[in-house]
Amino acid sequence: MAGTLVIAELEGGKSRSTTFSAIAFAKQVGGSFAILAIGPGAANAAKDLAGFGAAKVIAVDDPAVKDYVVERFAPTVAKIVKDGGFDTVAVTASSFGKDLAPRLAAKLGAGYAPDINAVTVDGGKRLYRRPTYAGNALSWLEIATPIQIVSVRQTEFPAATASGGASPVETGAYAGPDAAASQVEFVKVEVGKSERPDLGEARVVVSGGRSLKEQFKQVLEPLADALGAAVGASRAACDAGYAAPELQVGQTGRTVAPQLYVAVGISGAIQHIAGMKGSKVIVAINKDPDAPIFQISDYGLVQDLFVAVPELVKELKAQS
Amino acid sequence: MKILVAVKRVADPDNLNKIKLSAQGKVDTTGLEPKASPYDDYALETALRLTENGTNTKARLGEVVVVTFGPKEAEQMLRAMLGTGADRAIRIDATDDVLDGDLVARGLKGIVDKEKPDLVLLGYQQAESESNEVGQMLAEYLGWPQATFAGRITTTDDKVLLVERETDGATAHVKVTLPAVVTVIDKIVKPKSVQSKHTPTTHNYADGVRFAALMAIMAAKKKPLAEQKLADLAPDATLKVRYANAELPPKRAAGVKVKDVKELVTKLKTEAKVV
Ligand SMILES: Cc1cc2nc3c(=O)[nH]c(=O)nc-3n(C[C@H](O)[C@H](O)[C@H](O)COP(=O)(O)OP(=O)(O)OC[C@H]3O[C@@H](n4cnc5c(N)ncnc54)[C@H](O)[C@@H]3O)c2cc1C
Ligand SMILES: Nc1ncnc2c1ncn2[C@@H]1O[C@H](COP(=O)(O)O)[C@@H](O)[C@H]1O
Repeated sequence: MAGTLVIAELEGGKSRSTTFSAIAFAKQVGGSFAILAIGPGAANAAKDLAGFGAAKVIAVDDPAVKDYVVERFAPTVAKIVKDGGFDTVAVTASSFGKDLAPRLAAKLGAGYAPDINAVTVDGGKRLYRRPTYAGNALSWLEIATPIQIVSVRQTEFPAATASGGASPVETGAYAGPDAAASQVEFVKVEVGKSERPDLGEARVVVSGGRSLKEQFKQVLEPLADALGAAVGASRAACDAGYAAPELQVGQTGRTVAPQLYVAVGISGAIQHIAGMKGSKVIVAINKDPDAPIFQISDYGLVQDLFVAVPELVKELKAQS
Repeated sequence: MKILVAVKRVADPDNLNKIKLSAQGKVDTTGLEPKASPYDDYALETALRLTENGTNTKARLGEVVVVTFGPKEAEQMLRAMLGTGADRAIRIDATDDVLDGDLVARGLKGIVDKEKPDLVLLGYQQAESESNEVGQMLAEYLGWPQATFAGRITTTDDKVLLVERETDGATAHVKVTLPAVVTVIDKIVKPKSVQSKHTPTTHNYADGVRFAALMAIMAAKKKPLAEQKLADLAPDATLKVRYANAELPPKRAAGVKVKDVKELVTKLKTEAKVV
């Protein structure tokens, strides 16, 4: 069966929303597609994934894949790709997909298009588009191998929605680890806990820079509460310890594309902009009228943030 | 410990918003100063920290070899890295248009087979293509474990590394027995991000990477810099992906400056309709 195999990204026995963007890619390129759910709770996740119009959903749950370790996951994925005769593999452009896909590509002798934000077919050839040079160029590339692997950006492939129907769910066999797995011991995973929406999924993101100092939370949280927003930060704010490391937005941090992005006391370095310029509406609050962030903002307010933000919270309440 | 560090020469990463498109539709970086990709600088700093006593950084307690696939001009970057503390450098003669990540990985495997390092360190992605693939592909070709997105590395015996991998919103702790491939992110150069048995645990590194002293740069002129042929390392030069044309993304036009908070909220409500 030629077609696309979508690798679901699971968390706590459920699909992360990144998975639905990878499914959206599979639907866009057309042809039949299947979904592989691998990891703890795969059988359960597969039930939910059966509503997306896939030819089938394959679930692999095994004590060996209890924790994500690529050396234990990749051989099974590779075997399912080969046995199923898939010509395309779509993973999520998240840490999970980006760790797995290149190892899988090398295993399968396949070409890999990382972090794609568009796909077109031109004279029978499929071309993938991806941001490069910190988002300052969009590069088109072609894969020359029989199997093509892509990682799909969540920000440009809107999540597919369940279309009803019930794909058959199969149980897939665990194919054993890479030899190198004997050199890896999974210790633990610490999840940054937050009551707020996840940065990748939030409709509104409020981000702060190093200028917030120790008052990062005290100033930003009321604004985030008023807007129902996730909180993000610049690298300088994270490095200085004012914000938790997992809040970093930008090249090394998360890529976000919310409806509204509010940059508070952030200068707008290109590495920060690379992670948020896909936002629909950008607001910047900065006391320096020449801050680069204003060059990409829809609405700029030149004011001291310690005055502007509390006022903004009040005004949002007043006008609601 | 013997460490191989892969470094890519790129156009000035802080000024990539100044790139242009050539008439042929290729990215043109003319005028941007070539530099080592920043995460590769971090990889070198990591290698140096792992092979020294942080309180006496003159003595190298291991070997650090830097390697690049690039043109003759890339030797300047390698020289600078020798000045910073690397022991040896290797340049594999190549230009970007004859390479893809897969071929770089296969070429690196060729180097590893000869050099037999205990650890290969790479940036998690390079600043131009931002592919985030070479380390993982290399690990597969070598049959070695990989630890990507490393923000912290601790080792008490130079044999097993405890690596903290920064994944979306979480930190995964893994113990990796050498030989292994590790790719690093920016957090790896914080004061306490690299801890080896050679450095007292109380030691704090300066935040960021070190810079070469003038004396060291002079001395580095005598350090070995070898050249190798790509064909000797990876006989099959077939590329798996081919980059066609690029385009520049639509520029986000600067919008308006609002005079106060009241106007901002009104505009967000009535014009942008996002709150
Ligand atoms: C390899 C690499 C990767 C990087 N990755 C990232 C990344 O992922 N994300 C990221 O964010 N950065 C990243 N950076 C860092 C980036 O280059 C900048 O250093 C960083 O974004 C700056 O953060 P900042 O805007 O908070 O601080 P600054 O640049 O110091 O700016 C502070 C801003 O606050 C304003 N300000 C100060 N006080 C007030 C006040 N009272 N009221 C209003 N405004 C005020 C100032 O006018 C200034 O514009 C990376 C850098 C490198 C080299
Ligand atoms: N031409 C090259 N020469 C040496 N190392 C490279 C080259 N290209 C990529 N690398 C290494 O691989 C890492 C990841 O690059 P990439 O997968 O291309 O984003 C880089 O940070 C380098 O460490």
